[in-house]
Amino acid sequence: MKTETLEPEESITSGDNPGSSREEKSSMPPVRDVLIIMPAFNEELNIGSVLKDIHKEVPEIPILVINDGSGDRTAEIAAENGAKVITLPYNSGYGVALQTGFVYAHQRKIPIVIQMDSDGQHDAKYLKALLEEVRKPDTDVVIGSRFLGSCEYKAGLLKRAGMLFFGSIASLIVGRKVTDPTSGFQAAKGKAIEFAASDFYPPDYPDADFIILLHRHGFKVKEIPVAMRPNAQNKTMHRGHKTLYYVFKMGLSIVVTLLRKKPESQ
Amino acid sequence: MMPPKIKIIAILICIFLLSYVFELVRRKHLTEEYSLGWLVTGAAMLILSIFEDLLKWISDLVGATLFTSTLFFFGLMFLMVICLHFSIRISALTNQVRRLTQHVAILDTEKENLRKAISDTSFEETTARRGKL
Repeated sequence: MKTETLEPEESITSGDNPGSSREEKSSMPPVRDVLIIMPAFNEELNIGSVLKDIHKEVPEIPILVINDGSGDRTAEIAAENGAKVITLPYNSGYGVALQTGFVYAHQRKIPIVIQMDSDGQHDAKYLKALLEEVRKPDTDVVIGSRFLGSCEYKAGLLKRAGMLFFGSIASLIVGRKVTDPTSGFQAAKGKAIEFAASDFYPPDYPDADFIILLHRHGFKVKEIPVAMRPNAQNKTMHRGHKTLYYVFKMGLSIVVTLLRKKPESQ
Repeated sequence: MMPPKIKIIAILICIFLLSYVFELVRRKHLTEEYSLGWLVTGAAMLILSIFEDLLKWISDLVGATLFTSTLFFFGLMFLMVICLHFSIRISALTNQVRRLTQHVAILDTEKENLRKAISDTSFEETTARRGKL
C-alpha cells in the first residue's frame, strides 16, 4: 500500500527511527515535518474559526481536514481557510476519518502528526507544547489531557465515571498516568503513525484500549495538560455513545488486548 | 417410530432446501463458499430423516425423548455455526470497506490535485507559446 512520496529528501528516513534522528531543538521546524489532521462532520459553524486560530498560532504547519461525509459546507469552508481537504464518500465515523489522516501521513512519510477536533474545543495555544513534547527522543505519542489541566471538563456523570475507570485501568497497565484516554488532541511520531494507520487501530474511535495497545507495542505515551476552550463545551462531540455499550466494548477490548500475545517491542 | 407425516414433510423440506441452494449456486446468486454450510445442513437433515435408526441412535446418545427434537437441535446447531460464520465475514468486510473508503478518499483528493496541476501547467504552456508568437 506504499505510494511514492512527492516530498523527497530527509522525510524518507525520519519515519523509521523515532528518537535518535530528530532532535534539532529550538529553531523553527521545516514545514513538511508536521501535519495537523482534523476529522470534521457537519462543522461548518466552527471549522472556519478553528482553522483561523491554528493558523494564527502556527502558520507554518499545514492542516488536513478529513471531511467525514458532511452534508453541509464543511469542506468548502475548510478549503477557503487554507486547509487541504479529503472527503470521505459517506459518513464513516470519527475513528475512520481520523485514521484516514494517519494513512495519508504514513503514505507521505510525514514524521509528526497532530490530531485535533474540529468543534473548537481544543485551544490552538497548546499546539506548540504538544509539538515540543512529541519531538523529545523518548516519546512517541503525546496526549493533551483535559483533566491534568486546570479547566473543568463537563461530561455526563456516568460517562465521566467510565472514562475515569478505564483511564485508571490503562494507567495501571501502562505504568504511567493516563487521565484522558479519549482526548482528541494528540500528537504522534514516526512508527506510531504507521501503527495508527494499521489494522490495529480501533475502527470506531480510539480510547484507553488503544493506549494500552500502544504501550504493549513498545511506544512511549505521555500526557500533557491542555485546557478546553470554555465556549465550546456544550457539544458532546461525535462520541455520544451509549454508556452501557461503551463499558462493554471497552472492557472486552482491554481484556482481549491483554490476552493477545505481547509483540516484540520495537 | 416417527409419524409418517412428519417424516415425509421433513424429507420434502430437506430436498427443497438442497435443490434451492443448488439452484442459487448455479445462478451465481450464492457463492460456493456460503453454500457449503447450507448443503451440509440440508444433507445431514435429509439423512437423519430418511434413516430413522440413525436418528434413534443419536437421540438415545444425547438423551432426547423425541426424534423431532433431535432433528431440531441439530438444525439449530448448524444455523448457529452458519450465523457465526456470517458475523466473521461481516467483520472482515467491514474492515475492508473501511480501508477502501480511506484509500478512495485519499486517491480522489490526489487525483483532483494532479488534475489541477496539469491544467495549470498546460494553461501556462499555452500562454508562454502565445507570448513567443
